Amino acid sequence: MSGAKEEVLSRIRRSLKDVPRNERPEDVPVERGYRTESDTSREELIELFAERVSEYDATVTRVEEAELPAAIEKALRRRGVRRLVVPPDLPEGWVPKGVEVLSDADRLSNRDLDASDGVLTGCALGIAQTGTIALDAGERQGRRALTLLPDYHLCVVREDQVVGLVPEAFDRLRDAVQSEGRAITFISGPSATSDIELERVAGVHGPRTLDVLLVGRALS
Amino acid sequence: MKQDAFSPGGGAPFEVLAKESLANSQLRRNLGKATTTIRQKRAAAVGEMPDWEELREAGRALKERVMRHLDEYLLQLEESVTRAGGKVHWARDAREANRIVASIARGHAAREVVKVKSIATDETKLNEYLEREGIRAIETDLAELIIQLSGEESSHILVPAIHKNRSEIRELFLRELDAGDLSDEPTDLTNTARLYLRKKFLEAEVGISGANFAVAETGTVSVVESEGNGRMCTTLPRVLVTVMGIEKVIPAWQDFEVFMQLLPRSSTAERMNPYTSFWTGVSEGDGPQEFHLVLLDNGRTDVLADERGRQALNCIRCSACLNVCPVYERVGGHAYNSVYPGPIGAILTPQLVGIGKKGPDSLPYASSLCGACYEVCPVKINIPEVLIELRGKVVRHKQDAGEGWRSRLDPENAAMQLMARNFSDVRLYEASQKLAKAGQWPLARGGVIQRLPGRLSGWSAVRDLKPVPRQTFREWWKKERGS
Repeated sequence: MSGAKEEVLSRIRRSLKDVPRNERPEDVPVERGYRTESDTSREELIELFAERVSEYDATVTRVEEAELPAAIEKALRRRGVRRLVVPPDLPEGWVPKGVEVLSDADRLSNRDLDASDGVLTGCALGIAQTGTIALDAGERQGRRALTLLPDYHLCVVREDQVVGLVPEAFDRLRDAVQSEGRAITFISGPSATSDIELERVAGVHGPRTLDVLLVGRALS
Repeated sequence: MKQDAFSPGGGAPFEVLAKESLANSQLRRNLGKATTTIRQKRAAAVGEMPDWEELREAGRALKERVMRHLDEYLLQLEESVTRAGGKVHWARDAREANRIVASIARGHAAREVVKVKSIATDETKLNEYLEREGIRAIETDLAELIIQLSGEESSHILVPAIHKNRSEIRELFLRELDAGDLSDEPTDLTNTARLYLRKKFLEAEVGISGANFAVAETGTVSVVESEGNGRMCTTLPRVLVTVMGIEKVIPAWQDFEVFMQLLPRSSTAERMNPYTSFWTGVSEGDGPQEFHLVLLDNGRTDVLADERGRQALNCIRCSACLNVCPVYERVGGHAYNSVYPGPIGAILTPQLVGIGKKGPDSLPYASSLCGACYEVCPVKINIPEVLIELRGKVVRHKQDAGEGWRSRLDPENAAMQLMARNFSDVRLYEASQKLAKAGQWPLARGGVIQRLPGRLSGWSAVRDLKPVPRQTFREWWKKERGS
């Protein structure tokens, strides 16, 4: 085993004879001339996010914080969700009465998740430029399987979680990865395939339906 | 048309396979439609980015930095993955990589493993190897499943079944998946695959994936995908084995900000692909509790040795170069006889297997050198430059390898040498023009020479030659201006 490692490394070094011995990686210049911060106003960013998410066959509904529980109830009813998966730390007020709650506090099995009707979570952030939602297994999200096996995902995004550009997102997620090694998932609309004659079919293996509730100003 | 690029013989050359593909009009229709659609979509997705050129330049520079210091980055990656609870394995070649994967699967008594699309494991022919070991690998990407069920080979990096249309796929599912009552609507076909694969995902103990990127700084590995099968394979099984080419390492977490903008727009022409998974070793209580990363060489260190050819390793497998290539559009992927088809395959395959093999040696010639591939490449790989470099290498190898007289008698070689001599001497040049004028009359028809005689006929089969005119420029100049 270590033989393979030594050999691959020595092959590499042999092949890189042209690289001066004292050259360090940082000596190879990398010009980062691209945009790293959006100069768009907050309100425009929020609108852009809503627009771009909905372009992926997902629905976006903008609500005020106080209206959130009612909006959740309405979405679940509309999608016929009766057995709802929730991460252990989801705020109690989010879940409407009359819905059977499958909390991951009890460590649900894959079969349980597969047999549910949907999942309700928050998120780590949203990216306006690409209409992407990022999950980092943190607050109100739970582990990865929760948002993967149920056929319906209702995701709550707070307006102050929306960033403008892709580089801003990676910057914000750095800590979760670097200090805690948490898994990150990027979601841009429901799963899709274009493998048959390049015709887009929405909904393959993940949740086939994605609804987003975009929540305005937090109540002070 | 069996794929054979990584066997010593190298299989049939491009010009032979291309003729077979060209004769298949269904294939040409499927391909023409697909590549035209994706080309237009890509142009729109790239067009809305004001800083696209800056991103490309950053992508190119980052890859150059990695290649020039690959040993350091790999060691750093190993350290980071290990710190995060993963285990790193090194594989000199395909056989070694396959052996490692099989022994991990066997260690968990797995009879069946689920796989997410990985070209690296296509390259090592992992599925066949596992099958011989009594382990069944289930491909879970829709197109890869189609390919696996039909027993064919992939013909595109991104859309492996691009050569098959909906009715062909319906037939296949009816036969292989026992899907009763099925229309040929892509939605119906997709749902059939979903139901079949859901069972497999829930049962699998071991998942196998490739990697789009792996970060040296943090040990984070990522899989960029659309269908969700990647999330399934990298989340549900208890054990995850990822096989990645050593060139896939990137320096830092921050660098995702470059590649995650370049890749989706170049490959599926989307602002962002539906799902991307980033995992860092093992997370307690979330996802696989055992993670193995296999670092595969299999010829990559040979590619690294050529200062100019090295840039082929920068490839992030987006497939934009296939979609714009006028040659690929007409002949399709199978003509390249490699898991890496199209322009990038034409420079990667011969370098991976080494010059001097009949099939791969023909690939640098599968191009009109129009340069469209270079223009769309998100990491600015100068494919035409490398194609020319490789043509030179192939010719030099033929000259060196041919036993003296054999190589001197090779008609193309002899003709080129004769030409080189004539072009370097005025008197010889003028004399040969006179000679040609006298000798060409039986060949020139309607102002062109379409066919050269004897052993030169292969060269003229796909090219027209201009005959030497009645009065050459040099003769005209002498007459008008004196000598």
